[in-house]
Amino acid sequence: MDIFVIHLFNALLYASVLFLIAGGLTLIYGVMRIVNLAHGNLFALGAFATASAVSGWFAGSQSAWLYLLLPVGALLVAAIGAILEPTLLRPFYRRPEEYQLLVTFGLLMILEDVIRFVWGPYPISATVLFEKMGQVSVGDYVYPKYNLLVIGVGFAAALFLYAFIYRTRFGVVLRATSQDMRRAAALGVNVNAVYVEAFTIGCFMAGLGGAIVVPSQSAVLGMGVDALILAFIVVVVGGLGSLEGAFAGALIVGIVREIGVSLVPELELAILYLIAAIVLLVRPAGLFGKTT
Amino acid sequence: MTTATTVPAVLQAPKILKGAIWAVPILIVLVVAPWVLDEYRTIELAYGLVFAVAGLGFNLLLGYTGLLSFGHAGFFGVGAYTVAFMVKYVHVESMELFLLAAIAASIVVSVVFGYVCVRYTKIFFSILTLALSQVLWSLAFKFFWITGGTDGLRVPTPRLLGVAMAESEDKSHFLAHQYYYYVLVAFVACVAVMWVIVHSPFGKALQAVRDNETRARFVGIQIRRYRFVAFLVSGVFTGIAGALWVPLNGLVTPDSMVWTFSGEIVFMTVLGGFRNFTGPIVGSVFYNFLKDYAVGYTVYWQTFMGVILVILVLVLPTGIVGSIKLLWTWARRRMAR
Repeated sequence: MDIFVIHLFNALLYASVLFLIAGGLTLIYGVMRIVNLAHGNLFALGAFATASAVSGWFAGSQSAWLYLLLPVGALLVAAIGAILEPTLLRPFYRRPEEYQLLVTFGLLMILEDVIRFVWGPYPISATVLFEKMGQVSVGDYVYPKYNLLVIGVGFAAALFLYAFIYRTRFGVVLRATSQDMRRAAALGVNVNAVYVEAFTIGCFMAGLGGAIVVPSQSAVLGMGVDALILAFIVVVVGGLGSLEGAFAGALIVGIVREIGVSLVPELELAILYLIAAIVLLVRPAGLFGKTT
Repeated sequence: MTTATTVPAVLQAPKILKGAIWAVPILIVLVVAPWVLDEYRTIELAYGLVFAVAGLGFNLLLGYTGLLSFGHAGFFGVGAYTVAFMVKYVHVESMELFLLAAIAASIVVSVVFGYVCVRYTKIFFSILTLALSQVLWSLAFKFFWITGGTDGLRVPTPRLLGVAMAESEDKSHFLAHQYYYYVLVAFVACVAVMWVIVHSPFGKALQAVRDNETRARFVGIQIRRYRFVAFLVSGVFTGIAGALWVPLNGLVTPDSMVWTFSGEIVFMTVLGGFRNFTGPIVGSVFYNFLKDYAVGYTVYWQTFMGVILVILVLVLPTGIVGSIKLLWTWARRRMAR
């Protein structure tokens, strides 16, 4: 029974991080109809920024104030997003999808090198935040408390996002723009501003995902590309452009991966990709997507 | 096939002649290249020709059928791993058998993937091809006792038409001469086959599907079947390229089927121009030289390539060949005035 709880925690942990990445990806797609291949690298950027803030600037410090550094990565990535959207992506909304994918693929290559240039080729981490919190005992087992914090952040982010999009005025404008950009513009919505805001929120989530991951695992080169593929699986399962879908997809992928890792470790990744392929076959728009 | 408009053979003859005006000098350049260039550059050129075969296959989908695949590295890797498996488990050394096996293997994989993928278009097609190719990648990555994992599998130089490399011969000399010509012949054969496919009624029908699906269906084209055949041909071409690539590289790793490599195939094709038959060929050769130069020049070659890609998509969306054609017509108009 206790081992079951541990597995459940692990699944939720994985799902929380995945939701932060995939939620941003799907939000951006839902509003702008653009699939951002560089999204995984934004996640990695958040991880590297937080890790270097904690273990670089404040190396050796044990203060509890260090936890305030967690959002550093998220804020940095959000700022980058706010710059990228109007400068690089805006000219592409009217162009065919091939070009949109290619320009974000180019961005992916550039960001990969930016990380290499700024932080060098070696992994860095912020383990002090992870160790400081200690462990909680679950029956005969112990579980790191920090992981519970990550789960909490993931669910809080989902809740905030839901409230933001379905309960605020800005959310209404966002959904209107997503459904019909032209009509929203005709009704006086500043579409460009909405796009910048949506992209910034999406980037903030990716950066936050990277930031909360980095105390428990190191930030390494290439982590962005791996994360992007997993986020793709999540949004394909849940439905591209649907936040509920990203939430459900993250849970499904988190649980399936945990089962896969403990039963057939060799097929862990293959199972996830196959799930995505099967969902696309049965429900092309994903579990929560709207068939258009 | 019967429903597509057939162009009378008389009308096609000048087109072949017009193509030959360009093709013959380029072919002569390619034939004399090993005597002019040093071994390193010749091998680089051979890499470029191999990628050109992959690009040709890829472009049948992107340029002619209007489907953007982000999983073509999967077929490339299937071709490459087939060769490696033949060496390791069947102990074959003949390049011809390698190619046959790679064709067979890529047919099998393309049929399975194609059956699933051609139901979708646009972004869903891209994501689905990406996901399926990553299934192959993860299998190659995880089943290390079969595939060698990230260490990959070593492949010695093969026998070409039954002739093995001489004991005394240097490997790079072999690759830059005998093997270069082997690749060149395969390349020319692939270009010829693709040219025929693209200019056949089948090729015209694909373009009709790309330009207007509804109208194409109205004139009786079975869209899904045509897309499936295009997918199959495309996958086989890329599989052949994968097999040809192995002796050059000498090592097959999961990197040959990772999705970022699929992105590079897209890059090459767009660099050359995907609305032209010759675009992917020019793009692949050029990309290969460009990347090699950038890698040798700086560790930050990805930034270099990424910036080029972004500029390319922003300023020259028709690629090298498309831009040259534009310049050419513009210059001719100026001259006529």
